[in-house]
Amino acid sequence: MAIVNLQNITYKYPLTDVPVLKNINLQIEEGQFAAVVGPNGAGKSTLCYTLAGFVPHFFKGELTGSVEVAGMESSQSTLDEWVLNVGLAFQNPFNQISGAKYTVFEELAFGLENIGVPRDEMKARVTNAMDLTGISDLANRSPYSLSGGQQQRVALASILVMQPKVLVLDEPTSQMDPIGTREVFGVIRKMAEQGMTVILVEHKVEWIAQFADRVIALRDGHILLDGTPSEVLTSPILEESGFGISRYTSVARKAQGLGLWKRDRLPVTLDEAVEGFSLSPSVPSSSQSLKGGGEQLS
Amino acid sequence: MNIEIKDLHFTYPAGVEALRGISLNVPAGEQVAIVGQNGAGKTTLVKHLNGLLLPTRGQVLIGGWATTKHSVAKLAKQVGYVFQNPDEQLFSKNVGMEVAFGPRNLGFNSEQVQSLVNDALAMTELSGKTETNPYDLSPTWRKMVALASVIAMDTPIVIFDEPTTGQDAMNITRIAHVIRALRERGKTVITITHDIDFCAENFERVIAMAQGKVLLDGKTNEVLQQDEILATTYVDPPQLTRLGKKLGFKNTVRNQEEFLAELKNNYTS
Repeated sequence: MAIVNLQNITYKYPLTDVPVLKNINLQIEEGQFAAVVGPNGAGKSTLCYTLAGFVPHFFKGELTGSVEVAGMESSQSTLDEWVLNVGLAFQNPFNQISGAKYTVFEELAFGLENIGVPRDEMKARVTNAMDLTGISDLANRSPYSLSGGQQQRVALASILVMQPKVLVLDEPTSQMDPIGTREVFGVIRKMAEQGMTVILVEHKVEWIAQFADRVIALRDGHILLDGTPSEVLTSPILEESGFGISRYTSVARKAQGLGLWKRDRLPVTLDEAVEGFSLSPSVPSSSQSLKGGGEQLS
Repeated sequence: MNIEIKDLHFTYPAGVEALRGISLNVPAGEQVAIVGQNGAGKTTLVKHLNGLLLPTRGQVLIGGWATTKHSVAKLAKQVGYVFQNPDEQLFSKNVGMEVAFGPRNLGFNSEQVQSLVNDALAMTELSGKTETNPYDLSPTWRKMVALASVIAMDTPIVIFDEPTTGQDAMNITRIAHVIRALRERGKTVITITHDIDFCAENFERVIAMAQGKVLLDGKTNEVLQQDEILATTYVDPPQLTRLGKKLGFKNTVRNQEEFLAELKNNYTS
């Protein structure tokens, strides 16, 4: 059963004439890991705000259609009910840090204090979230003294402690090095496996292809494509519309034009590319043994 | 204007030893990418180039000037610095004023300022947005405003800290164009990046840092094939480099042209 149900959503920010979201219909099943891709300005962050109740409760503006998340209907509920079920990690972690706490540990406890979680449980949940996101050693640091990548981990942890049913993440690894990205994707995947519904905005398509169940491509406020990672991320429409695509996909498409890629489906990940190129006679047979031995992602 | 860094050490007041003996030279007009894990000391290093930080030990010379002997304001004529987060550097009420602020402060006359501003706006594709408040622009375009406001200062050395972070494919292409345009003008460009594919496609020299030291420094192809050493600073080689290696290519490839050439080569041989 769908835990997210958007029906004919159109939304305009206050004092603007052009809608940022246009007639969006979207259902997401409980426990699904859905990734949202699209050029800047496509409406990805606004979609996140809508799922998290910030649109319209915080940003105001004009919303038509129906937003239903975790059994709540947007027009029938308030933001403080909404936050019990949906967590949002902002694109810029700096905007999310409360500014009211001196240490990372206290920062993570902030949301729990507000909803009256008992002290012992609060400590346990904070410790667990720090452990999960690899920030235990930062517990006593000021959230403002951290690097961008570290702040993003704190931002993610401060949402995970709330144990939301729906986790909305707006480019949660944009300031991280590759290993940080890998770890965070691992954490998100684990959350999804434990039954949390995840909606992730992300530009790093090879990671999406490895981890997400579904990809939704947004453009100019509407849904352009919606399907499995492989279907969506190798669609020629994506490249033509200015989306970021995997370098494996784009090089294989060029190779296809030269008769050097023999499969129908183009690759998104390294493993798929190795497999596909190994089929063509261009590659020395010694590399066949590498098939399937691709990069370890978690 | 050459950059010379001699046995640079830096310890933050809280006691964190961020740089532990860095020595390197960057000749005028070179394009260098600095890669390495979070906390490797990349930003600390480049903050020494315009005197925002001063060495605890060792020396940084910009065109022969020791950064300890000249103010940040004076060094600003030589070294432009684009911060990672544009919101940390934008404050004017419209894009035109924002971009004019730097060159005006450097003492250019109003005609020169206007010409530098127009040029920087054209290079960053912002010409139609001069009257817009930077905060009414999307984060992508705010990034371009931050670039333009530093380019307009016409410094011989330009530093970009993570220019592609959070940018979409189209804007990454725009940023690559800006770097190319600066190269054609003979500017030195130093770029910190986690985007190793961007690094491979746009830079001739790569410096890999780890734990306050230089781990690798050399031509892009040579550095990017050292996958075991790069792994120690959490850098994966570029996607096509990895693919080429798995396919058993003889030569290290770093972009589509090189990959396809090598593929064809194997196909015909």
